Amino acid sequence: MSGRLVVVTFPGSNCDQDCYHAVELAGGEPSYLWHREHGLAGADAVVLPGGFSYGDYLRAGAIARFSPTMEDVITFARRGGPVLAICNGFQIACEAGLLPGALIRNRTLRFHAFDQHLRVENNETLWTSSYERGQILRMPVAHGEGNYEADRETLDGLDGEGRVLFRYVDAAGRVTEEGNPNGSANAIAGIVNQEGNVMGLMPHPDRAMEAALGSVDGRGIFESLVRHLSAVGAR
Amino acid sequence: MKRYQLEIRVVPRAGLLDPQGKAIHHALHALGYAAVEGVRVGKAIALELEASSEDAARAQAEEMCRKLLANPVTEDFQIAVMGEAAPTGRRA
Repeated sequence: MSGRLVVVTFPGSNCDQDCYHAVELAGGEPSYLWHREHGLAGADAVVLPGGFSYGDYLRAGAIARFSPTMEDVITFARRGGPVLAICNGFQIACEAGLLPGALIRNRTLRFHAFDQHLRVENNETLWTSSYERGQILRMPVAHGEGNYEADRETLDGLDGEGRVLFRYVDAAGRVTEEGNPNGSANAIAGIVNQEGNVMGLMPHPDRAMEAALGSVDGRGIFESLVRHLSAVGAR
Repeated sequence: MKRYQLEIRVVPRAGLLDPQGKAIHHALHALGYAAVEGVRVGKAIALELEASSEDAARAQAEEMCRKLLANPVTEDFQIAVMGEAAPTGRRA
């Protein structure tokens, strides 16, 4: 069977339906969970979707991180449950301490909404096994605070342990200033935690699932996850 | 218990790129304020709280900063106790 993936909806989430649809397309069984509900029992994986939870007040993700459901998500993650954190979900996961670092204002000060190239840096994870290492992907970004920052030690750890899964690159696949529009340290677009079960990325794989919408390059993430769940025997 | 007025300042950590501060810096230079050497932009949070003493008020605010009001990865905070707030008005 395919695995039950719970998509958490916060007040201000706007990609929960995209994520639900993406899970279906990848062969998983999606369901929604309102951020005040305790209903993770039986979940095989959790998706924290994009949006503007709590209007991004104070800092993006800072308030959502204290939602009742997030307490359960933190416990779920600490026990090794897979958590996919996309865009605002990535910001929430950093605020919750599930992932290191923080996402600050884009260096351009502008909200970015365009297609962006990424390079797959490590395909030996449950999130990226459907890709080739070095594969260039194109998927939408849509964020004002996507500039990944962490202290030097954290950045060295991420690089040294192969925990940077995606980097911003130009169309030719090179890390350049122009290819990294938000100014992220080391052009980081997506990372995993030390245990490998929590993945956060700013670009939107959930919006790159169908050719009619311009790209199918996001499918690999959802498909890798669903395949992993079926391999470990999720119901 | 007394009511205290506090002002909490949250500022981007020194050394961290502050894109807003940089943009404002450029704008001030464009207006002819060539003497401006650096601009950092943070936020000020004014809050009133009940506590047994000024120290207790400060300690509570510090806990709030660590938990929610500031992000330790990117921000520093300063707490100033502005004074005792007027007691809340009671209806006659």
